[in-house]
Amino acid sequence: MAMTETFYEVMRRQGITRRSFLKFCSLTATALGLEPALAGKIAHAMETKPRTPVLWLHGLECTCCSESFIRSAHPLVSDVVLSMISLDYDDLIMASAGHQAEAILTEIREKYKGNYILAVEGNPPLNQDGMSCIVGGRPFVEQLKEVASDCKAVISWGSCASWGCVQAAHPNPTQATPVHEVITDKPLIKVPGCPPIAEVMTGVITYMLTFDRIPELDRQGRPKMFYGQRIHDKCYRRPHFDAGQFVEDWDDEGARKGYCLYKMGCKGPTTYNACSTVRWNNGVSFPIQSGHGCIGCSEDGFWDKGSFYDHVTNTHVFGIEANADRVGIAAAGTVGVAVTAHAVASAVRRIKQGAGEHHEENDKT
Amino acid sequence: MSVQTPNGFELDTSGQRIVVDPVTRIEGHMRCEVNLDENNVIRNAVSTGTMWRGLEVILRGRDPRDAWAFTERICGVCTGTHALTSVRAVEDALGIQIPENANSIRNIMQLTLQAQDHLVHFYHLHALDWVDVVSALKADPKATSELAQSISDWPLSSPGYFRDVQNRIKRFVESGQLGPFMNGYWGNPAYKLPPEANLMAVTHYLEALDFQKEIVKIHTIYGGKNPHPNWLVGGVPCAINVHEAGAVGAINMERLNLVSSIIDRTIDFIDKVYIPDLMAIASFYKDWTYGGGLSSQAVMSYGDIPDRANDSSAANQMLPRGAIINGNLAEVHDVDLRDPEQIQEFVAHSWFSYADESKGLHPWDGVTEPNFVLGPNTKGTKTRIEEIDESAKYSWIKAPRWRGHAMEVGPLARWVIGYAQGNPEFKEPVEKVLTDLQLPVSALFSTLGRTAARGLEGSWAAHKMRHFQDKLMANIKAGDSSTANIDKWDPKTWPKEAKGVGTTEAPRGALGHWIVIKDGKIDNYQAVVPTTWNGSPRDPAGNIGAFEAALLNTPVAKADEPLEILRTLHSFDPCLACSTHIMSPDGEELTRVKVR
Repeated sequence: MAMTETFYEVMRRQGITRRSFLKFCSLTATALGLEPALAGKIAHAMETKPRTPVLWLHGLECTCCSESFIRSAHPLVSDVVLSMISLDYDDLIMASAGHQAEAILTEIREKYKGNYILAVEGNPPLNQDGMSCIVGGRPFVEQLKEVASDCKAVISWGSCASWGCVQAAHPNPTQATPVHEVITDKPLIKVPGCPPIAEVMTGVITYMLTFDRIPELDRQGRPKMFYGQRIHDKCYRRPHFDAGQFVEDWDDEGARKGYCLYKMGCKGPTTYNACSTVRWNNGVSFPIQSGHGCIGCSEDGFWDKGSFYDHVTNTHVFGIEANADRVGIAAAGTVGVAVTAHAVASAVRRIKQGAGEHHEENDKT
Repeated sequence: MSVQTPNGFELDTSGQRIVVDPVTRIEGHMRCEVNLDENNVIRNAVSTGTMWRGLEVILRGRDPRDAWAFTERICGVCTGTHALTSVRAVEDALGIQIPENANSIRNIMQLTLQAQDHLVHFYHLHALDWVDVVSALKADPKATSELAQSISDWPLSSPGYFRDVQNRIKRFVESGQLGPFMNGYWGNPAYKLPPEANLMAVTHYLEALDFQKEIVKIHTIYGGKNPHPNWLVGGVPCAINVHEAGAVGAINMERLNLVSSIIDRTIDFIDKVYIPDLMAIASFYKDWTYGGGLSSQAVMSYGDIPDRANDSSAANQMLPRGAIINGNLAEVHDVDLRDPEQIQEFVAHSWFSYADESKGLHPWDGVTEPNFVLGPNTKGTKTRIEEIDESAKYSWIKAPRWRGHAMEVGPLARWVIGYAQGNPEFKEPVEKVLTDLQLPVSALFSTLGRTAARGLEGSWAAHKMRHFQDKLMANIKAGDSSTANIDKWDPKTWPKEAKGVGTTEAPRGALGHWIVIKDGKIDNYQAVVPTTWNGSPRDPAGNIGAFEAALLNTPVAKADEPLEILRTLHSFDPCLACSTHIMSPDGEELTRVKVR
């Protein structure tokens, strides 16, 4: 790895001044919601670290996560791929195919044992002997386990990898299974959403590169910095909710005045995501701003919670003091799911060694 | 060992077998096997869809108004097109008329997808089949600048600009961490571009990567996000309010101006970067005439982009509707998606079972029961396939046929049909390309023809966005701000039973959703998608599908580097998550396998 360049060197030789570089670091800190003092730490990391290999595997999915990732505006995805990480395997964009592609997995596993990130988009199906998702003539689940065995950490991109998503909706004919149920011995970060917001995806990666650790996670394994609050908590239409001003029908006067979409089935009150703050596609809009309620696409099992146009009635929706874990458990509504959530939370705690102090403020009511 | 297929192709399985799995730079999972003769020419081709998710059975019993969200997740690359098809199917079933503004906004969103998806396909999924990244390092930036300025007035074209990009690529390569370019087929003799053309194309690869995310902001404005914007049965969810208080919560003047500016920039980028690059690259590959397959024989399009709302006649569709068979361009047949004799799906070579597999079924009567079995001549095991046996079942894709014919769908099919119908919007650009490149009409029926038609369509789509945005503005100015019809929003207003069909022309081709509604719930849902047509396995009669036909008779420069195979497969822009069907409408429980 003698030829490996640091991120800072890459930026400098592209004609970026040190002053601009430091500005970039401070903007990155702001984008990540970090205190300004941490900009220096980001700068130091960027100056000294080689690019971390990322192996991006695809199971049963629709590729919306990859498509979202390439929409990232800050940082630009071209900068991420050329200068920040080494995206050595991603079957959506990689030049090679067939055995030349498979050879890359072997090479990176050996050369960077314990030092590469496994990013998973989609999930493994276990019915049909695992053969409803075939890669290289074998079940995808085998490839997933092999590549996971030597990785440093796993990122579960999107709701497929995190929860199962649409193919796992009832009756889940392929037994599509979220990644954490198959890979249980590695630090794992869930970045749910269908898809996740582009800048959240690159934000999570940049955080890991900068601080050399996984971000602080909530009990369900999601980064608190992006999934710590409900969409409803920061929704710009919230004052209309509080004032009792609602859209009652599509395209009615309330819709034209931008009233609250709660009565149209908006799942913002029970959905933990950054849509109402980061917004989508470089901050252009987000579903509620464009007139449709949130469908709750970053929540576990959101496909099986009734129609997208039904009112949210099965959980406590008032006030901003409730937290992701409590609402998640309450909304799940059954003991079985709550127990699962607890088991996952325990597993996350176990793997969080080295992730710094474990702040619990979001866990308090 | 040679056999003739009913649709006129000769297959010979005697030569060396080559396996490509995974096929990369596509959506989803796919495998391809070919037999090469002693001259490394492809004499047999086998295309296998290697994933299956079961979305249609998941839809059973759900609210039809929710179906767009489920079906949208069939594919995140052609995001939105399944959702549009779905709301059209529900509206067809329930007889819902949509406002004119909703039709314009839907068309703008569908055209946004066409423009962005074609651009991303060309640069990020297909270009590396023609462009040698490593060769770009040898280019003279000054000569590259001259080349770029000779074909376009795109302003980013100075020698210094190309030198900077070249330096960036050089240092990237020298770092030893090649990322997505690792193990590419650099230096393969099938690459024909001079270093300067390679550098220009690589530069635009990066520019297009940055620009494509701008185009989709139109989805974000009207649909709230991209990928996977929001849709609505009865219209569109975004209300319009340009005059009054509260406009910040609706489509207002600022939003409309933002859409308008993105449309202008999209037209600019496609016409000044994408099209000139396409023409420049094509000019170096004029002699590579392979990959035509079914395109000169059997093509089909359902038509799309209705000019006026609620008029599904062929004459009202801006993309053509029709079918050409037996290579007879003089006759374009009408296509009727409701006719049980026209579109049928077969499963004799698919991992599904029918009671009688010699027959096909129309989608409204569709049955899809999984049956993963391998033929007796398979090499390997059930979970470690080395070579597949195409004489038996060999794909998760069904075999759809139109009146028994295997059909090609997609941009080339649409443009061939538009050309055959004499529509100047299609005929004139096609003739200009052929004249500029000094090629005969027959050159259209090739891998490169497919790639060129997609480019022309990207430009066509961008300009049509302008048409519909202007139409939207004119309608608002005339006092109509309506975006949704809620007369039949309440399921109580619905008939006890209804069935409908919705269609679009997705970026990859003809897309149809068939829905049966009973007691306010989905009783049956079937989707027949573009890659089901193009990637179909053989049917009981032995007709081969478009992928397999297109690969035949192509020479491969190096048998262990599948560059030509990728080139032709990519020209279809395969989408495997779309193409793979589902299990039985009964949705019976399958054996559960324990997590190891």
